[in-house]
Amino acid sequence: MPVNLSSFEGPVCPVPIYHRDQIVMGHGSGGRMTADLIRDIFQPAFSNPSLDEGNDFASVSVPTFNTSNGRLIVSVDSHIVKPVFFPGGDIGRLAICGTVNDVAVSGAKPLYITAGFILEEGLPISTLQSIVQSMKSAADEAGVNVVAGDTKVVEKGGADQIFITTTGFGWLDSTIQIGGQYARPGDSILVSGTLGDHGIAVLSARGELGFETSVCSDTAPLNHLVDTILQASPHTHVLRDPTRGGVATTLNEIANQSHVGITLVEESIPLNPATRSACDMLGFDPLYVANEGKLIVIVPQEEAQIVLNSMKQTKYGKDSAIIGQITSNHPGQVLMQTPIGGTRLLDVLAGEMLPRIC
Amino acid sequence: MTSDTFSMLNQFRNANLVKAGISEIHRITTRHWAIMEICGGQTHAILRYGLDELLPENIELVHGPGCPVCVTPLELIDKALAIAAQPNVIFTTFGDMMRVPGSSRDLFSLKAEGAQVRIVYSPLDAIKIAVENPDKQVVFFAIGFETTAPVNAMSVLQAKNLGLKNFSILVSQVCVPPAMHAILGAPQNRVQGFLAAGHVCSVMGYWEYPPIAEKYNIPIVVTGFEPLDLVEGILFTIRQLETGKHVVENAYSRVVSENGNLPAQEMIRLVFEPCDRSWRGIGEIPMSGLGLRKEFNNYNAESRFEIGNIQTKESDICIAGQILQGIKKPPECPAFGTICNQDHPLGATMVSSEGACAAYLRYGRARKGISENQYAS
Repeated sequence: MPVNLSSFEGPVCPVPIYHRDQIVMGHGSGGRMTADLIRDIFQPAFSNPSLDEGNDFASVSVPTFNTSNGRLIVSVDSHIVKPVFFPGGDIGRLAICGTVNDVAVSGAKPLYITAGFILEEGLPISTLQSIVQSMKSAADEAGVNVVAGDTKVVEKGGADQIFITTTGFGWLDSTIQIGGQYARPGDSILVSGTLGDHGIAVLSARGELGFETSVCSDTAPLNHLVDTILQASPHTHVLRDPTRGGVATTLNEIANQSHVGITLVEESIPLNPATRSACDMLGFDPLYVANEGKLIVIVPQEEAQIVLNSMKQTKYGKDSAIIGQITSNHPGQVLMQTPIGGTRLLDVLAGEMLPRIC
Repeated sequence: MTSDTFSMLNQFRNANLVKAGISEIHRITTRHWAIMEICGGQTHAILRYGLDELLPENIELVHGPGCPVCVTPLELIDKALAIAAQPNVIFTTFGDMMRVPGSSRDLFSLKAEGAQVRIVYSPLDAIKIAVENPDKQVVFFAIGFETTAPVNAMSVLQAKNLGLKNFSILVSQVCVPPAMHAILGAPQNRVQGFLAAGHVCSVMGYWEYPPIAEKYNIPIVVTGFEPLDLVEGILFTIRQLETGKHVVENAYSRVVSENGNLPAQEMIRLVFEPCDRSWRGIGEIPMSGLGLRKEFNNYNAESRFEIGNIQTKESDICIAGQILQGIKKPPECPAFGTICNQDHPLGATMVSSEGACAAYLRYGRARKGISENQYAS
């Protein structure tokens, strides 16, 4: 049978499929696809003079006032969370807030962030875009710039959607001396709100609880709250954000660093009723559950009330409470006075918290 | 859980009511009494709220065997590990079992080596996994007392209804009343009153207990888990002991009725039948467990999988058995808090959230360097 040559257009190259919908290995190649991803997703969101220069490095300035008496504060944190979107936040907000908070608890003013992304092949670009937007709004809220970034892509199954590593830089005025080693007997211990909400919100979002909760993650940048506290109490001894391991684990670290004892009053600890109920059902203690937007504040007793009052005026501190005090008794240990008048030790968390059987 | 439930629970943590109950216990107690709380959940609540410190010195709380993780025999844990290590198996379990040491390792380390081990909150989640993975064998580790038996039974019935060929359960169900007989019948027994386990009674009722109270002249009080529940349970027990009574009372009537949950009991009867069971650290107690009925043998993981010869090896030092029988307390163990701790448990009583050793260590009881006076400061 003769071939109908009139419809034959000759050999042609297939048009390359332009991957706009999902991440493919080429997005991590360092070539044009990487450049496109930066141009379309990262640069519009994070645009600032240092980033926009487009170099392999970011050139930034530190505050010119008082530079001889200040110190650079650096902190790094890798963020993996499943699912990446959860009630009250997402991995993007978490990646900014977690690092901003780690810098802020030194008493420093957070200034710059760098972000490294490990993306799993197949990640929808719309998902990446939402996460980056969320980072942008958290960075704006905190008043920090994302000045450098990096993207790598791993094969499907090599990562779980997206991992983000952020490094934060802040400038600390030399007049401020805050750290886990500075708690003194007699000091008051405050927390900036209800405890354990982030951990329960994430567990709930995984659909693994077997029941529904209304708990939202508390993920938030706390640097403005830190400013408020430092204005109210220039003698603040300790600031910490109790993330993994919860308040109990962080307080144990402080008790050991400062060689002091800690006594908490259980009735004064602020808890969201839904978080407490979920913990009751699972056999968890909310004091061991993660927070992402809470501060532990340790100040001289005479300044505690004024600090509390000013914290309560802020967006992320309205449920603040004084929960206990530092003591010279039982150094290295955290004891809890129970509502019925008993006491118990709050030890550090051993391994992973496991739901009980019945 | 709703906020109504929350405020109701708050009532049972009301400090004033609890303190009033404790004063009454102080008022009526005239001599030493040893009371066993059967359930590990009660042990933890007692230590978590520091109730033990508030009771008269001559009331001794003895911690019972009601920790399902603790009493699951080592041989069965080794079997679980052997099944979970097989290719093509998804092994599902309650979270508590992950860290329990077998003879040489635990489920966590198997998982790290690549075995498919998944934590589930209910065996019905395991059924879902079996439906979604028809090419895998899905096994659920069905351990527990009468509290978990109904839902474990339901999983077998569901598997049957769905015609699932890839689901089975590894059974270690145990029952409370035979254990009470075993404790009271032991020559070294010193338990004079029981706080019966409220959750178990919510399923089984307490109709099984009057013959025990009668036979051993012992008060048995059905008791819940909140501080006020526990204080009430202890108060009722002491009142009986001080007045020479030995009857069954219910101090958890908001949850427990005499006959219990009849449909749940029916579900248990449909799928399981009484059998002899070994209790870790205690030994075999006749007719103290539940095994799958013959007609459900298809769902029995022990018959489905070829498991080679299991050679168990218990720690030479661990005294979990004596602790579970109320003969010794955790600090009397030479390994307690030293070579045996929550990071490196020698026995299951150090692992489970209901284990007495874990509770003692976690809440700082008898910890070196803390005296009662320091607690009070």
